[in-house]
Amino acid sequence: MDIVEVLADAIRVAIGPLAAAYALAAVGLNLQFGYTGLLNFGHVAFLMVGAYGTAITVDQGGPLWLGLLVGVAAAVALGLLFGLPTLRLRADYLAIVTIAAAEVLRILIRGPGEDSLTRGVFGIQRFGNDFFDLNPFPNGEYGIGRVSFTERGLWVLTVAWALVAVFTVLVVLLTRSPWGRVLRAIREDEDAARSLGKNVFVLKLQSLVIGGVIGAFSGMLLAIDRQSVNPDSYLPVVTFAIYTVLILGGPASRLGPIVGAVLYWFVIQFTEGFAREAIRAGWIPESVLDETDIGALRFALVGLGLMLLMIFRPQGILGKREEVLIDAQ
Amino acid sequence: MPSETAAPVTGVAPEPGVAKPDPILSVSGLRKSFGGLVAVHVDHLECQRGTITGLIGPNGAGKTTMFNLLTGFDRADAGTWSFDGSQLEGMLAYQIPRTGLVRTFQLTKALAKMTVLDNMTLAATTQRGERLRECLVRPLWRQQEREIEARADALLERFNLAHMRTEYAGTLSGGQRKLLEMARALMVEPRMLLLDEPTAGVNPALLQSIFDHVRELRDDGMTVMFVEHAMDVVMGISDWVVCMVEGQVIAEGPPASIATNDAVIDAYLGAKRTEEAQTGGGG
Repeated sequence: MDIVEVLADAIRVAIGPLAAAYALAAVGLNLQFGYTGLLNFGHVAFLMVGAYGTAITVDQGGPLWLGLLVGVAAAVALGLLFGLPTLRLRADYLAIVTIAAAEVLRILIRGPGEDSLTRGVFGIQRFGNDFFDLNPFPNGEYGIGRVSFTERGLWVLTVAWALVAVFTVLVVLLTRSPWGRVLRAIREDEDAARSLGKNVFVLKLQSLVIGGVIGAFSGMLLAIDRQSVNPDSYLPVVTFAIYTVLILGGPASRLGPIVGAVLYWFVIQFTEGFAREAIRAGWIPESVLDETDIGALRFALVGLGLMLLMIFRPQGILGKREEVLIDAQ
Repeated sequence: MPSETAAPVTGVAPEPGVAKPDPILSVSGLRKSFGGLVAVHVDHLECQRGTITGLIGPNGAGKTTMFNLLTGFDRADAGTWSFDGSQLEGMLAYQIPRTGLVRTFQLTKALAKMTVLDNMTLAATTQRGERLRECLVRPLWRQQEREIEARADALLERFNLAHMRTEYAGTLSGGQRKLLEMARALMVEPRMLLLDEPTAGVNPALLQSIFDHVRELRDDGMTVMFVEHAMDVVMGISDWVVCMVEGQVIAEGPPASIATNDAVIDAYLGAKRTEEAQTGGGG
């Protein structure tokens, strides 16, 4: 068994575009859930409208930059759609509405046939060419040892982590300002904030929309990297994977989303590679585990890891322990 | 008795709904029912500027509900009420503090996961840094933030909380939280405070300190109305006492007149006795 190859593979995924996109999505969710306490269970819908906004615009003959604008505008609209009817109500209503609305939207996109705007189950392909035409890196392999990327991969990677950096800084600036102080007050007790004259509704809406737009960038990034959008990539489970990333890293921590995403994808990829190699090498008998079970196994391990984390480090890797302890009082 | 220090409510007859010479808060026809139960039904009530008004009544008399209605935390079925020239009915809960009328809560709402200082600075109004467009550019709000912090520190000093400045509010004792909530309300720069049971769960030593603060505020010109169960406590500090029973104001007047008012003794103490018999003295 080639443990080095398994490791190299896991590292490649953990710093790759997928991890960056999840980190980005988690940065947005961190603003909503971590700092404001909004239970947005439909975060995947922001990724979806971002991706589809871009794909449809380009598919209809528009330029990519316009597609990106449309994706952002769609995320703003979705944030208002989620927020306006629910943010005056208790937190659980937002959770119910967002999880349902995200699924409704996905099914609406999936419904029509191939000739429609969304192209139904077939999805839209090859809309990111303009992005790859901008690639400044010459042909070749880039990396250290066995962890390497093609010039295409490197280009996506660079843009992806640059976006993560930009939005992380944005969220840090936002949350350490008096505006962010009101968000934290809302997270703890809306009525206290109201009794001090804070317009809770507007701030929650702002937080939801900004977090949603960051989510849309994550969706656009993933879609352009794959050169494909398909409604079935936006199942509710994606939202929960992003929550896992955020909780791993530590909600309301600055770098938590990044640490969480890297670790999440490292564990997922490493367990998959390791189990596969172990089965091939005959360390694990087929009767116990065969290769088709690996997909389930890796999520079971992530679940186990989360449980251990909640027991021994409930604040996540980078969260503040005191805040969790105060909660327990 | 400290109530001797100020008695601006002179020459006013001690009868329910009586007009005051200079009312800062004036309530008319306020009504709220939950299903068949009429929780609040106040025909008329005025609160004199610059006084401490104690609001008493047995459990379920509608005191907290009235606070909730007045401050927009609950919607009234009917009624009008004005505060210092602003009509408040129809205003949202967050708009009312901006008129200068600020409330506290029976169950203290200290923001436990924020520091004591953050609790204070949060409460300042019209902060530029709270606007989304300006909050990213620190120089735009840094000066104002410094001023707010200075004001917060002065208040923390006054309320004996300065040593807890950078601690999480969740580490404060129950009484300290009450003090923090009062100090925080003052950051809004109100002209009137509605304190909902400022002494609930507070030990006797701090209780005196809380009332000293209330008295000081009154002497600085603040109007205070507070809800309280214990009659003896109310009598000691109030300039004027309002007694509610079953949603209605059954009596109001100077403390001495309330203490001897038959309706109050019957309804309030009578109800209290029955209640004690039923619940074993809780309240």
